[in-house]
Amino acid sequence: MPFIPHTEADIAAMLDSIGASSLDALFDEIPVDLNCAGLGGIPPSLSEMAVTRLAHGRAAQDGFYSSFLGAGAYEHHIPAAVWQIVSRGEFYTAYTPYQAEASQGTLQLLYEYQTMMASLTGLDVSNASLYDGATALAEAVLMAVRANKAGVRRVLLPDTVHPRYRAVAQAMVKNQGIELVGVPFDKASGITDLAALEVMAGEAAALVIPQPNFFGALERVDALTDWAHAHAMLAVAVANPLALALLKPPGLWGEGTQTRGADICVGDGQPLGVPLSSGGPYFGFMTARQALVRQMPGRMVGRTVDLDGKPGFVLTLQAREQHIRRAKATSNICSNQGLLVTAATIHMALLGPEGLKNVALSSHANTRALIDKLVSLLGVERVFSSPFFHEAVIRVNIPVPDVLRALRAQGILGGYALGRDYPELADCILVCATETKTEDDLEQYRQQLERILSRRNGRDPSVPPCAYK
Amino acid sequence: MSIPADLKYTKTHEWARLEADGHVSVGITHHAQELLGDMVFVENPTVGRNLAAGEECAVVESVKAASDVYAPIAGEVTAANGSLESAPESINKDPYAAWMFKLKPSNSAELDGLMNATSYAAHVESEAH
Repeated sequence: MPFIPHTEADIAAMLDSIGASSLDALFDEIPVDLNCAGLGGIPPSLSEMAVTRLAHGRAAQDGFYSSFLGAGAYEHHIPAAVWQIVSRGEFYTAYTPYQAEASQGTLQLLYEYQTMMASLTGLDVSNASLYDGATALAEAVLMAVRANKAGVRRVLLPDTVHPRYRAVAQAMVKNQGIELVGVPFDKASGITDLAALEVMAGEAAALVIPQPNFFGALERVDALTDWAHAHAMLAVAVANPLALALLKPPGLWGEGTQTRGADICVGDGQPLGVPLSSGGPYFGFMTARQALVRQMPGRMVGRTVDLDGKPGFVLTLQAREQHIRRAKATSNICSNQGLLVTAATIHMALLGPEGLKNVALSSHANTRALIDKLVSLLGVERVFSSPFFHEAVIRVNIPVPDVLRALRAQGILGGYALGRDYPELADCILVCATETKTEDDLEQYRQQLERILSRRNGRDPSVPPCAYK
Repeated sequence: MSIPADLKYTKTHEWARLEADGHVSVGITHHAQELLGDMVFVENPTVGRNLAAGEECAVVESVKAASDVYAPIAGEVTAANGSLESAPESINKDPYAAWMFKLKPSNSAELDGLMNATSYAAHVESEAH
């Protein structure tokens, strides 16, 4: 059976029908020097059996670890039913709806997804998803700049936002003349420094507000949202959707009766039923206030009625997409991560609001228990004083790479070394314990770390132990 | 097709009306709204903005497409028709009553450079071929 849509005979028949001699003749207006001579570096084909063996071998190299590594992608339990249902032929097809209205089931699912995300974030409208959290942030920056009537092309982006998100946003907006300005964090609390923000106010189209931030710490989102609005900026939330099952939704951020909440919320949907898979694919989400819907990129599904009054679903607000507006389109993102959104929708439907909240609560409880255990060790201390969700930063008194390597040798991924992104935190590790960890897992981590530290500290008496332990 | 004789027109299908107070009202023509179909959204320029003649300054969005609206002449925006936000279909019902924004002309003589009803009718006719 051919797995490609056009057989040689089909192609010959079509060429014959339009009077072209060959496929190459159809493309003869492309200059010859632009023509790629063929793909280099592609190895010869393998049989299915050989490919399976190769893939199993590669997968085994990953090993099996007890993971306390988060930093933007999180290990969560995914009910077996989720991917069983996703794999059904009706869902397991195109990543974004083409001939959209012929696929009523796909559109209904996306509509349900949008409803769930709007509800989770406390905002009016959701799109049908974006590529990932980082590109979703970049799209939110572009959206805030489009919405700024005064033409301000500057956005405040705190240093506590995920470093990779900041790099991606920078790559996507810098050539469009948009300036991203960093905001320092308070060294004691690990959250955005409001005093520093006050000094650097100036003109900006938006303030980005992470919740929780990259250090796992909870930002003062109400104060930051109000500050943004008081300075004629939009408040753009970058949130972990799981944390929102527990925390105040961005649509309600701000204090007082005048607040309208965050204006846009984006984030990575991976914690909602998407496996880690060596880094992707994940999906990004974006929700916003109704007033901004026409600045929103991506596909949106709406519910309507047909001529007979029967309910149905349509792709809506397409008039500003690139197939109609070309270069003037709202955004060149007209796509979505259909399959991953399908998984997330089923995941959320299976867990329900209470189930999601329980996952968030046990992740928080496990991380608290782990941090309490670890900081009881000689040579380990907590770095930031702010409350955290399911990640926190510890400082160790021997080199971080040595600690992580030694833990790894014992089958434990101990966390994320912060020195790469924050040189001043070179002796710090970002640690995460989700609901997947048991009391025994936490105790294993503590014991192994204690052994590693005591061995190293014992051998080298010049290293001072952390005080008061 | 309705093309009132007392208005001025652009090639990009805007109409302009010189009001008694010297300001100029701007909208889109009957022909333009017919091409676009049912209006669903109007995005007007902010009051106070200074426009050059021919500058993109507004967007009309129908079920089929979103199209730019251009300033027929240079001037400062002195008013935007807020009623179109909730009732964009007024443009379909009566395009010459549904003004979008008003300009205080930099030089009202620029109006003389626009088309009159006869030339505009010929322009529409020529675009049909």
